[in-house]
Amino acid sequence: MGYLVSKGRMDEIFAGRRETYRIFAPKQNGKVIRYGEIHSVSEIVHQEKSHFSPKEVFYPIIQTLLYFTDTECRESELTDERDILLFLRPCDLNGIRRLDTMFLKNGGHGDNFYQRMREKVKFVLMECRESFETCFCVSMGSNVASDYDLAVRFPKEAEGELLVEVKDPAFAEWFQGAQACDFTPEFVTENKKKVQVPDIMDRAMVKDIHALPFWKEFDDRCIGCGGCNTVCVTCSCFDTADVIYNETSRDGERRRIWSSCMLTEFTTMAGGHSVRQSSGDKMRFKTMHKVYDFKRRFGEENMCVGCGRCDMRCPKDIHFSETIDTLAKEVERLKQEASAKGGN
Amino acid sequence: MQNITLPSPHKILQVVHETNAEYTFRVQCDAPVNHGQFFVLSIPKIGEAPISVSARGEGYVEFTIRKVGRLTDGIFGMEKGDTLFMRGPYGNAFPIEDFKGKHLAVIAGGTGLAPVRSMLQYFCEHKEEIASVHLIAGFKDRDCVLFEEDLAKFRDAFHAIYTLDNTSAEGFEKGFVTSYVKEIPFRDFEDYNVVIVGPPAMINFTAKECVNQGVSEEKIWVSFERKMSCSVGKCGHCKINETYVCLEGPVFNYIKAKELLD
Repeated sequence: MGYLVSKGRMDEIFAGRRETYRIFAPKQNGKVIRYGEIHSVSEIVHQEKSHFSPKEVFYPIIQTLLYFTDTECRESELTDERDILLFLRPCDLNGIRRLDTMFLKNGGHGDNFYQRMREKVKFVLMECRESFETCFCVSMGSNVASDYDLAVRFPKEAEGELLVEVKDPAFAEWFQGAQACDFTPEFVTENKKKVQVPDIMDRAMVKDIHALPFWKEFDDRCIGCGGCNTVCVTCSCFDTADVIYNETSRDGERRRIWSSCMLTEFTTMAGGHSVRQSSGDKMRFKTMHKVYDFKRRFGEENMCVGCGRCDMRCPKDIHFSETIDTLAKEVERLKQEASAKGGN
Repeated sequence: MQNITLPSPHKILQVVHETNAEYTFRVQCDAPVNHGQFFVLSIPKIGEAPISVSARGEGYVEFTIRKVGRLTDGIFGMEKGDTLFMRGPYGNAFPIEDFKGKHLAVIAGGTGLAPVRSMLQYFCEHKEEIASVHLIAGFKDRDCVLFEEDLAKFRDAFHAIYTLDNTSAEGFEKGFVTSYVKEIPFRDFEDYNVVIVGPPAMINFTAKECVNQGVSEEKIWVSFERKMSCSVGKCGHCKINETYVCLEGPVFNYIKAKELLD
């Protein structure tokens, strides 16, 4: 069911639900566009791509998992019980399905701390008909999403009206009395940036990919800042750290903090032993996870959704889209070499 | 939904100083544990770390912890009667049922002895369940030797060779464990398994030496150590290719282990 709603009316609708819902959307945050709570749809930055992904709304950068004393340990509680309405683009909605796979499925059980926030989230799909500079969602097959609760098309003019599709009948009552219309969101069908996804045949090839000289190019270029992981909607890795309130006691809390496979300490154990010390090795690890390992493990889809935020964030102008593309070409070359050898 | 990452308090029953840098903590625990599994211990003022079980018994488990760096320091101030938070056990285990009735070779380097100690203790007490045990345990020097009492018992029960990297001492050969692999009479065994535990390079060289001695790869079992924050397949630290060491490991058959490229 579709509706035509003015921005003013939309704000009234949201204001009337504030006791049960918090609303999050990409908004201006200093120089960056980042997700935050909004109180008016006018705050939503929809003409540009957000620099950060929506994951931080329900998977915070830092969160307290539990509190402990000398002899007791108890799980933290949510500070806000309200549901969350989250404005996001199709690539991000598809990305969140990947996060769900990791946090709710891997290992055969759900992560409580993720799940308790995640199950509060309802999605408002922001129609995305025009691709931005670094987008390659079409190549990754994540330009179309259907698993949303509401969808909106923002008006071109500031004073124009919003088109809303209500997919989840639970929201129908919000729009009672609004002017009905036909609206379902359209999707990007072509990006300027096109990426070939590597077609890796088997494990033997993974060994050859591991040895490609191409990864060494990143040894000097990549500074291992982990910015790419931070803005990625599908990066899920984290560290835990204990914070003790007072040096003389053991009372404190355990926190979960986003981590990054591009950081040197990512694999460092007590005693100092670590694997993957060079930036090239780390880039290989990340790339393979995003376009091979995840799919091989879970069988459905590659992890990368082609949102292109990592390309925007990298201080050394490394384009992940190009990394994927180059890897695909290298894989084709390996295949040709193998078949040439086989033919002799 | 039950939260499997919530630690619970356990009393420390005993602390044994194995060496200057390695202590064994006996902790009250009734959970059933398989040989080769690990727990995640909360190290006071630091955080969590995965530690393998170095022995188990009625109402307790033991952890042998090496004082290395910041991570494990906090635990060394703990004494008998103190409370330790932990969760687990996690991970798979050595396929001990498959080992039974066959010959077994165990090659361990340094603290690598910890994750196989409970299995060795079991076969030491149940010699009828195993055809024979050949144990090679290597240490850096005399001061680094762990589990002295066990080593004496294992020497009586098994075919045991103990080595020190660069020095010799009574009861210890000089050299790396790899040099003594050829002493294991694999050719005389009808059926057998080999377990290799230790630092990554030691595992690597020892497995290759075993293969040189005619051991087929599927008979070799190794145990991996990796950084972990959660140990339940969420934090991503222990991932190698599409494998999560915490879920599919830490014990791997060498056929699989040699394919894992960090």
